[in-house]
Amino acid sequence: MEAKTAEFTSNVARAIADSQLQGTMTETGPRFIEKRAKARAGLPEFDALRDQARDIKDHVLAHLDLYLERYEAKVAESGGHVHWAETAEEARAAILSICRKLDAKLATKGKSMISEEIGLNQALEAAGITPVETDLGEYLIQLRNEPPSHIIAPAVHLTRDQIEADFRKAHTHLDPNRDLTEIPTLVEEARTVLRQKYLDADVGITGANFLIAETGTSIIVTNEGNGDLTQTLPKAHIVIASIEKIVPTLEDATTILRVLARSATGQDFSNYTTFSTGPRRPEDPDGPLEYHVVILDNGRSNVLGTEFQDMLRCIRCGACLNHCPVYQAVGGHAYGWVYPGPIGSVVTPALIGIEKAKHLPNASTFCGRCEEVCPMRIPLPRLLRHWREKEFEKHLTPAAVRSGLSVWAYFAKRPKLYQFGTRIAARLLNVMSGRKGRFASLPLAQGWTRYRDMPAPQGKTFQAMWKERRHG
Amino acid sequence: MDNARSRILSRIRRSADKGDETARVAAVEARLQHPQRNLVPERGQGDEAHRIEVFVRMMEAVGGTVEILRDLNDVPASVATYLRNTNRPAMIRRGRDEYLANLPWHRAQTLTVKEGRAEDADTASLTHAFAGVAETGTVVQLSGPDNPTTLNFMPEAHIVLLEAKDITASYEEAWTRLRDIYGPGQMPRTVNMISGPSRTGDIEQTIVRPAHGPKDMHVIIFRRP
Repeated sequence: MEAKTAEFTSNVARAIADSQLQGTMTETGPRFIEKRAKARAGLPEFDALRDQARDIKDHVLAHLDLYLERYEAKVAESGGHVHWAETAEEARAAILSICRKLDAKLATKGKSMISEEIGLNQALEAAGITPVETDLGEYLIQLRNEPPSHIIAPAVHLTRDQIEADFRKAHTHLDPNRDLTEIPTLVEEARTVLRQKYLDADVGITGANFLIAETGTSIIVTNEGNGDLTQTLPKAHIVIASIEKIVPTLEDATTILRVLARSATGQDFSNYTTFSTGPRRPEDPDGPLEYHVVILDNGRSNVLGTEFQDMLRCIRCGACLNHCPVYQAVGGHAYGWVYPGPIGSVVTPALIGIEKAKHLPNASTFCGRCEEVCPMRIPLPRLLRHWREKEFEKHLTPAAVRSGLSVWAYFAKRPKLYQFGTRIAARLLNVMSGRKGRFASLPLAQGWTRYRDMPAPQGKTFQAMWKERRHG
Repeated sequence: MDNARSRILSRIRRSADKGDETARVAAVEARLQHPQRNLVPERGQGDEAHRIEVFVRMMEAVGGTVEILRDLNDVPASVATYLRNTNRPAMIRRGRDEYLANLPWHRAQTLTVKEGRAEDADTASLTHAFAGVAETGTVVQLSGPDNPTTLNFMPEAHIVLLEAKDITASYEEAWTRLRDIYGPGQMPRTVNMISGPSRTGDIEQTIVRPAHGPKDMHVIIFRRP
């Protein structure tokens, strides 16, 4: 997918002016938070499980080569095929080649962020294969030709009125006078339309929440059952997954599954958790005849062993998005690529380069809620800070910010001068603010004062007050 | 692609000072040969009565329905009654599972019982669960001719027969049982963990049932007297 991360600033301005989006975000945002809090309260062991989940993934990342090799051997043993892809292009090529061998015309798809990352739908279409997203949210955004705005709720930005209009446009074979005002009617219509697609599809493509080295198994988690119909009914099941999805054993997968749904949707467990190993067995009356796994690197192995490694623990639950004041204010599309929110601002620079994604690490107030709720205990604010350091090192920061920082650094490195300067400034601003004690406008800070007054210093600096208190 | 494989793996190997290679291999082997349980929540732990109680509570919380039978011979009539009460045709599809095949189907004479994988026109299915997990009200289904996977997803009503003795406290116990049957490192083609009927929250975060899978899930627990 083409990155529009460079346009972050204008994307944000547009998102904030979009009253429909703002309405939806205000409406749905708090629900995610409430649901997770309730699920967490219902499981006393939740935080201890998070520690173990973190430790499992850290262990995997330290032995990733060995686990990948074992996983590959187990897939082969069960009759499946593993295809390795270093880049998005190689992954697309691998999938297209499988589809061509099967002479596939129609591909149903379960929800997969990796598929978005590699721009798979466009590649399938260009090759004459029709991709049909079957997760309801993904189907809705496919009709609109939009990227997902949330990792687990890709159409969270849409209202039922927009969806009704899209359905009328897309499902022209249905009665134009039908009533589509209620949400259940919309869901029913999607169910009917997509049921036929499952039956007609030649291949089913899904992502994977985990790959198990012990058994060569891929796992998908859904509530709709769409992923299962996608992977069970066609001739071939193609799994697309990135290298860090590996876990050692069934037990390890189970531990992480316990924190996944609770963090994502606030459910104790998703409706359908499915473990797939190889193709249909000789006696089986159903299931795919071929089973392929495309394992994608796309820059991830470069992150191993660096200060950014912890991002590879991510299980894509979306909790950091739901709890991020910046994401909740601007929505997912403003981020300009596949992964929005705090984890997106950490992952995107690693995958497409900090040069293109330089704005994203700055889209954080460092309030720390993302780290607080992350089931895998990823230190997101620390990783964002590392990216800001990289941005500065590479001279990507705007000149005004750089010169501002160097002026500040000059004083900060000379404490006597700093204290003298701040003392004078505090007194001066106090006098200038007059009796009101506030500034209605300030040079260089109009962005702030347009919406609120700037409180003036009360006369003494923090350091002076601290000294008094200690001696006082 | 083989080049991609070796390049990816060698980049991973180079990525950090991994220390002693023999120790790394040994750590991985130990973990895979002897899978260890991590922390298992207390919620489902307890005697059979407790496990049933938790299973029923959790399954009902996600929109499933449950009935408990003391006589296996009552299952056919119970299935027929359920279909009648939910206004569905008196027809059921099941797999080859002997346990299901040996039920006294003649006791529900109006009921048509078909064998095999699900067809698009099927309105209801009956499967025999490999296990139930009390912790989250989850049934575990294994693929194969006995209980084909399509039965779990295509018909509008999914009826599951679950023996009380097969209700485990946690997922981990189900894994141990599975390893005992299939052997270490071996799995059936598909293991489905199912917790309630299909649903979606993708439109305005409003929960709607069903999405693509069954609209209703009904679990019949058989508890030996």
